[in-house]
Amino acid sequence: MRARADTPQPAAARPRVNRGDRAWGLILSALGGAVLIIAGGIILSLVRVARPVFAEVGLEDFLTGQDWDPLSDVFGALPFIYGTVVTSVLAILIALPVALGMTLFLAEMGPKWLRQPVAFAVETLASIPSVVYGLWALFVLVPWLRQTVQPFLGDHLGFLPLFSGPPLGLGYLAAALVLAVMILPTIASVTGEVLKTAPVAVKEGALALGATRWEAIRMAVLPHSRPGIFGATLLGLGRALGETMAVTMVIGNSPTISASLFAPGYTLPSVIANEFAEAAGDRHTGALAALALVLFGITLLLNSVARLIMQRGQRKLQGRAA
Amino acid sequence: MNGSLLRRKAVNHLLTGLCALMVLVALLPLVSVLWLVIKNGAAGLSWTFFTALPRPVGEEGGGVGNAVVGTLYIVAIACAFGLPLGIGAGVYLAESRNGLFARGIRFTAELLAGVPSIVIGIVAYGVVVVPMKRFSALAGGVALALLMIPTLARATEDLVRLVPGSLREASLALGVPQWKTSLRVVLRTAMGGIVTAVLLSIARVAGETAPLLFTALNNQYWNLRPDQPTSTLTVQIFNYAISPYEDWHAKAWSAALVLLLVVGVLNLLARQMTRTRLKGAR
Repeated sequence: MRARADTPQPAAARPRVNRGDRAWGLILSALGGAVLIIAGGIILSLVRVARPVFAEVGLEDFLTGQDWDPLSDVFGALPFIYGTVVTSVLAILIALPVALGMTLFLAEMGPKWLRQPVAFAVETLASIPSVVYGLWALFVLVPWLRQTVQPFLGDHLGFLPLFSGPPLGLGYLAAALVLAVMILPTIASVTGEVLKTAPVAVKEGALALGATRWEAIRMAVLPHSRPGIFGATLLGLGRALGETMAVTMVIGNSPTISASLFAPGYTLPSVIANEFAEAAGDRHTGALAALALVLFGITLLLNSVARLIMQRGQRKLQGRAA
Repeated sequence: MNGSLLRRKAVNHLLTGLCALMVLVALLPLVSVLWLVIKNGAAGLSWTFFTALPRPVGEEGGGVGNAVVGTLYIVAIACAFGLPLGIGAGVYLAESRNGLFARGIRFTAELLAGVPSIVIGIVAYGVVVVPMKRFSALAGGVALALLMIPTLARATEDLVRLVPGSLREASLALGVPQWKTSLRVVLRTAMGGIVTAVLLSIARVAGETAPLLFTALNNQYWNLRPDQPTSTLTVQIFNYAISPYEDWHAKAWSAALVLLLVVGVLNLLARQMTRTRLKGAR
């Protein structure tokens, strides 16, 4: 077709956009945007269910209150926050050395043929559902703690408040141990990735100068991996804080604050798991949702810090490689 | 260097030994869990365990048939919501590269993946249970879908990005429109990997208990209606385990064995698919 001179130019010059392409782009953006909507929806619906309590008790009293008595409308979150922090930090203290030792052995010291089977085992460990760990902990770990570990610790270290009190089995120690097992794969897999990126040249240099294998690891591998290991720890901590079923089954379910690790306690997720379905009225439901909001806030903070640290570590690596 | 050579060597051996010990320490719980679930659970497995309804305390026999069906049912509901959204968001992330919007979505998905599942349960309660005024399979399915979406989106993004750009360019050069290239060339190439990711995320949510406690709740009978409470294997294991009855404890172990088998088969299937795919690519 011949274009006439007076045809408006812009219309003819506009690039032809396939109608299907435009629709596809819109559909994809909508699906991507759905993630943001979900995130917003999560916060909104938590706040909505929790509102009755914040209006009545106030945030500060709620967070610092030490008593939890739903029947008389007394809601204090401190025992749960305490239990969550104690069990999770203890779990990290147990799991981190094990995960670090294991990954160091696999990456730097042990035979290569060991790597694959152990990696497979760790993956399996990660795939076992929480409730199965809980079952195991309740019928295997707890009796062992009650009959063997706690009497032993009580006899020899009983003068410390940490190891005082009757050996119940159920309590902070049991919860921390099962948590340690459950977060081990998270820490180990991230740490393993980090160790893989350690600069080989520096390590070989150290070895060539006469350093022992351990000294090479300490001087070349560990300093390089420190931010990554820190990030892995935070990710593990985030998992431990939110872990519900296994902890609920062995923590002892007692909303009290005790210095002894043998004592029964309670955590944020486990009180929600135990009481939410049978919550007595809006205020009880609201208080439990408020606990969820606290948990949500803590894990969100931890996870974003962990991501930022690891991202920065990666960028530094890329900078060095360039 | 400090100390004599002998001391340094001793330290080296000591720490190597310690690290080797840690490998054993890490594997001990795995062996213990697997062995005890098999030992305590195998005895209770029988045909009726898979087909019968649970019996009240004191009555012999009974099974977890309704819980097996319920788990499959709720996972299916979760897939209906979660797969399109998760995979779609992943494709969006891969195709839109690094705009501010896409970066925000990526970061949000990563953070959502770390939100505890019990919190997601309360969200599903607020969104589905409160308006419907009852616990339901639908609420459980929505909770599990919310858990699937972020991880699936990130996995899909990585897989779509692995598709070589030359394939996409070849298709575009032949005059195939963008959307058809995305669907018929890029997504089809990435499909094997995406199926693996889907299997893994199904394995993960099938083992979830916490978000189902107050969404799907539980049910002593068969149920296939989306608006009714529904029994699941995981919640049933929990209820049996914390009960004071020996017989129920045995049932909990057997149900745990069934659950481990389901999750294990899904994981192995996913592994196998990855392996054959890598072989094919080579």
